[in-house]
Order: sequence, then structure tokens, then C-alpha cells
Amino acid sequence: MADETRTSTATETASGGERPSAPDRPSGGDRPDRPSGGDRPDRGGDRRGPRPGGPGGGREGGRKYFRRKKVCKFCVEKIEAINYKDVRLLGQFVAESGKIVPRRLTGVCTPHQRRLSSAIKQARNIALLPFAGRAS
Amino acid sequence: MRTYELMFILRPDMAEEDQDKLISTLESAVNTSGGAVKSFERMGKRRLAYMVRRFQDGLYMLLTVEGSGGLIHELERRLRVTEPVIKFLTVRIDEEQKRLDKIKKIRDARRKTPPAPAEPASGETAAVTA
Repeated sequence: MADETRTSTATETASGGERPSAPDRPSGGDRPDRPSGGDRPDRGGDRRGPRPGGPGGGREGGRKYFRRKKVCKFCVEKIEAINYKDVRLLGQFVAESGKIVPRRLTGVCTPHQRRLSSAIKQARNIALLPFAGRAS
Repeated sequence: MRTYELMFILRPDMAEEDQDKLISTLESAVNTSGGAVKSFERMGKRRLAYMVRRFQDGLYMLLTVEGSGGLIHELERRLRVTEPVIKFLTVRIDEEQKRLDKIKKIRDARRKTPPAPAEPASGETAAVTA
């Protein structure tokens, strides 16, 4: 349950990515459906499909979610230097709990996420970012 | 020779003279072992993201040094021994800098090659009026 709430807050910051799957959950209702591990691969495949198209939920009729295409902030703004000293930049990719926000929520590309995560870890080491709790 | 960046945090109640003394000893240590201090910066007092040795704030210092790994080993040993230093981090920056320079060069070259293809958009306006 706690896991569920956390993902919902995280998606608020990034985009409404998780929302479409939310209505499915109560209808499924029961324990066996709940493990989010089951949802996730499904969503990954789902994302690849409708992403270029635009309107996310054509199937099942009534969904009108527009899934905005996520883009890598570093590629778009041509930020090459991801430095551990740049707390303001790194703070955008750290959740309230202090966790590194996953790529699937922020849309950062793999090479940049790699640099980003190492920079965040360095910043944590020198007490610029928290390991847990209270972001910046 | 490699370039390193040493960031260290001093306890917030450290006197100014003591800070200067510590810094000058570090710099002399760098010079004696064949390195060079490229820059030194006081980043000022900052709130720590978490408690370190019961301190909530710290004085951040940034020392950029050119030298070998042995020098860094010595500097880190000194920082570890020095009591007012509550935390430190050494990062090698020359490779990263090289990478950035390369990217910058490529970008500059790309910017120069297409000399602004300015097309007069007169036909478009004519179509609108017609």
C-alpha cells in the first residue's frame, strides 16, 4: 500500500504516467492482481506503443489521457556537465524522500541518468544532498 | 599529472586564522610533493543535508590540485588526521574536463560550418495576401 502512494506522488512530479493504470486496480480488486511487478512490464510495453501516437488510451474507450512525450532534459537543454556541486540541478532528480527518481518517470536518457546518479551519490557523500528524507 | 578536486568541510566554529593555517599547510604539502595548486575557493557556510559529527552546518572549501595519486593519498591522510575537517571528497576531474572540451569543440565546429541559411520568406506573405 505504501508503495502505491509513493509512486503516485512521484508521478505527480514527472507526469501522469501512472494514472491510466490506476482505474484497473480497484476493478481487479484482489490481492493477486496487486503486485506492482505485474503492472510494470505491462506499462513499459504500453508506453512504447502509444508514445509517438499521442492519445494514450485508445483501447477500453473512455480514457482521454494525453501522455506527453518525455524528453531528456540534458539532451534538450544541452547540459553536458553533470556535476555533484550543482545541487539545484541534481535536486530536480531526487524525490522528496531523497531517492533518485527513476528514468521511466523523468525521461532522462540512459547515458545521462548514469552520470546523474553518480553525481547524486557524490553529492550525498559530501552532505550536499540527503541520503534519506528532507530534500535539499 | 592529473587534476583533482578536493572538497572538504570544516566545522562551522573554526576561527579564520586556523582555517588559513590549515590551507597553507595543505598548499605547502602539495608543493613539496611536486604538485601544483590550481585554485582554491571558499564556498562559505552551508547547511549540511544531514548531521555530521553533530554539526548541522559546515564551511565548504574547494581545492583544485594538479598532481599524482601519491599526492592525493597524502592530502587525504592529512585531512583525515586534521580534527576540524568533518568530511572530504576527492574527485578526479581531468578526464571529465577533456570530455567536455571535446564536446564543446564539436559544437563550435558545427556552429561554424552552416553559415546561417537565411531564406527571405517573401513568397509566403504574398500567398497570404492573395
